[in-house]
Amino acid sequence: MTDIELKTTAAKVREGIVTAVFSAASGHPGGSLSAADMYTYLFFEEMNIDPKNPRDPKRDRFVLSKGHTSPGYYSALANRGFFPVEDLKTFRKLGSYLQGHPCMNETPGVDMSSGSLGQGLSAATGMALAGKLKGEDYRVYTLLGDGEIQEGQIWEAAMFAGAHKLDNLTVIVDNNDLQIDGRVADVCNIYPIDKKFEAFNFNVINIDGHDFAQIRDAFAKARETKGMPTAIIMKTTKGKGVSFMEDNAGWHGKAPNAEEYEKAIAEIRSAI
Amino acid sequence: MSNGIVKIATRESYGNALAELGDEFKDFLVLDADLAGATKTSVFKKKFPERHIDCGIAEANMTGIAAGIATTGTPVFISSFAMFASGRNFEQVRNSIGYPHLNVKIGATHAGITVGEDGATHQCIEDLALMRVIPGMTVIVPSDDTEAKAAVRAALLKEGPVYMRFGRAAVPVINDPANYKFEIGKAVKLKDGKDISIFACGVCVAEALEAAKLLEADGISAEVINVHTIKPLDEETIIASASKTGRVFTVEEHSIIGGLGSAVAECLTSADLPNNTKITRIGVNDEFGQSGKAAELLKFYKLDAQSIYERIKNS
Ligand SMILES: Cc1ncc(C[n+]2csc(CCOP(=O)(O)OP(=O)(O)O)c2C)c(N)n1
Ligand SMILES: [Mg+2]
Repeated sequence: MTDIELKTTAAKVREGIVTAVFSAASGHPGGSLSAADMYTYLFFEEMNIDPKNPRDPKRDRFVLSKGHTSPGYYSALANRGFFPVEDLKTFRKLGSYLQGHPCMNETPGVDMSSGSLGQGLSAATGMALAGKLKGEDYRVYTLLGDGEIQEGQIWEAAMFAGAHKLDNLTVIVDNNDLQIDGRVADVCNIYPIDKKFEAFNFNVINIDGHDFAQIRDAFAKARETKGMPTAIIMKTTKGKGVSFMEDNAGWHGKAPNAEEYEKAIAEIRSAI
Repeated sequence: MSNGIVKIATRESYGNALAELGDEFKDFLVLDADLAGATKTSVFKKKFPERHIDCGIAEANMTGIAAGIATTGTPVFISSFAMFASGRNFEQVRNSIGYPHLNVKIGATHAGITVGEDGATHQCIEDLALMRVIPGMTVIVPSDDTEAKAAVRAALLKEGPVYMRFGRAAVPVINDPANYKFEIGKAVKLKDGKDISIFACGVCVAEALEAAKLLEADGISAEVINVHTIKPLDEETIIASASKTGRVFTVEEHSIIGGLGSAVAECLTSADLPNNTKITRIGVNDEFGQSGKAAELLKFYKLDAQSIYERIKNS
């Protein structure tokens, strides 16, 4: 895909995010939108996956460690053909296969259940280790929140991944600078993120998470890097693409009303 | 629920109680883990910013920090969703708070399936089992705003670890704030009856009361007892009622394994009861929750008044 095609696709993913959250009248738009470009690149360009064979043992894996941003995940999977885009409207409703937080036994394309922050990197590391032990050459990707990395388990997993030289693992940190209670630096400072991962024996790449050329380049470097896992720290804007949600902690876990919804959709469409 | 009834979520009561108590008791601290708005400790934070510490998304660490603070003689409240305030940090609670019997109060909000749309990962239906098994732990499940506020106060006045379970969804106020007396470990009889005993806690108390009304219309006289303290359990009240009716039902927004139902059953196994006394535990059967609206989920898992009524009627 060209960068223009990726941008168009990302807009569709954003539209799905806002629609899912609006239909549910609950859910997490902010961190879904900040990672929308990354979701798009992963599922349309980077990963070796097949919507017709979502359980292929040779497929690349993805773990959404920050499981609350399931709207972004589901929207990307739907747009990629894993299930109908229309079904995004069942998100969070009783009986839906699109649960509030990802469930690997319910949703096609979901490789691991998540939602309790801090646990996904361990699962992704386990998948990467299993790949090595079995001589499989699939790659494993996981997306973490910048608030999420306050969890100690993240650093237990990072130490393990570095120690075991899991170069088939790529960790992406969505550095949107916000968590629920405010700026990550004010709540419990996580910075510097890059130096921390370096100290845990990661290959670290800092990028702008809304720039497809930089995203492309980062994954190419991750593939080339042998003997250590890669951490891509991407600077993003929480709520990206919907002006009134941008860089605003208030839109972490809040659904738009009808008027806000119309406005959001119009903005997303006009950006293409 | 009928019109005109005031409804308040017990997490609101928790935040409001902390803010009120903060004036009277100058020493205690409140810790949170990036959920101050949701757990309502933000109400306390607004009034006493210097006594509120946000630990970030690190519940196990928060638990250990609280233990350390408590060793210096300062009481501490820690707050998060029940899943992360009893599950994520279970072993820290057990070994760093329970074993040394430290003065830490756990304010666990968003308990049970009425968390709603967040779904199974956030619907903690195991916390009562986890917490009541820890020696020396007091476990309280308030049923409404009145009781929740009283419970927070009682927890602060009591030396040692206390686990308090609060809900996300608004629930009717069933206890009159003017006359209600709360005592840890003392169950409250809300309705006299002679045919069956219903022991309930939390959001299920109001539902059980409604169910009892429906039963009454069918000629079944149900005694309804609010067992707000799961530990220490009010064995005397429970045994007295069970001895009288010989037919026991427990109702809770928790797994039928390990919570109120188990506690009552454990208590009654060693009591002298009429022959053929039977216990039915009503709760979430051995399964995970799912996304949906709180009221829909109560119905789906058959914990609403109508379902409780039908279950009792047909048993
Ligand atoms: C263990 C755990 N603690 C608390 C929560 C509640 N919670 C959901 S999202 C969130 C904030 C996440 O912030 P961040 O990781 O920065 O995510 P993003 O900004 O990308 O949305 C919290 C505290 C949770 N899901 N899991
Ligand atoms: Mg963030």
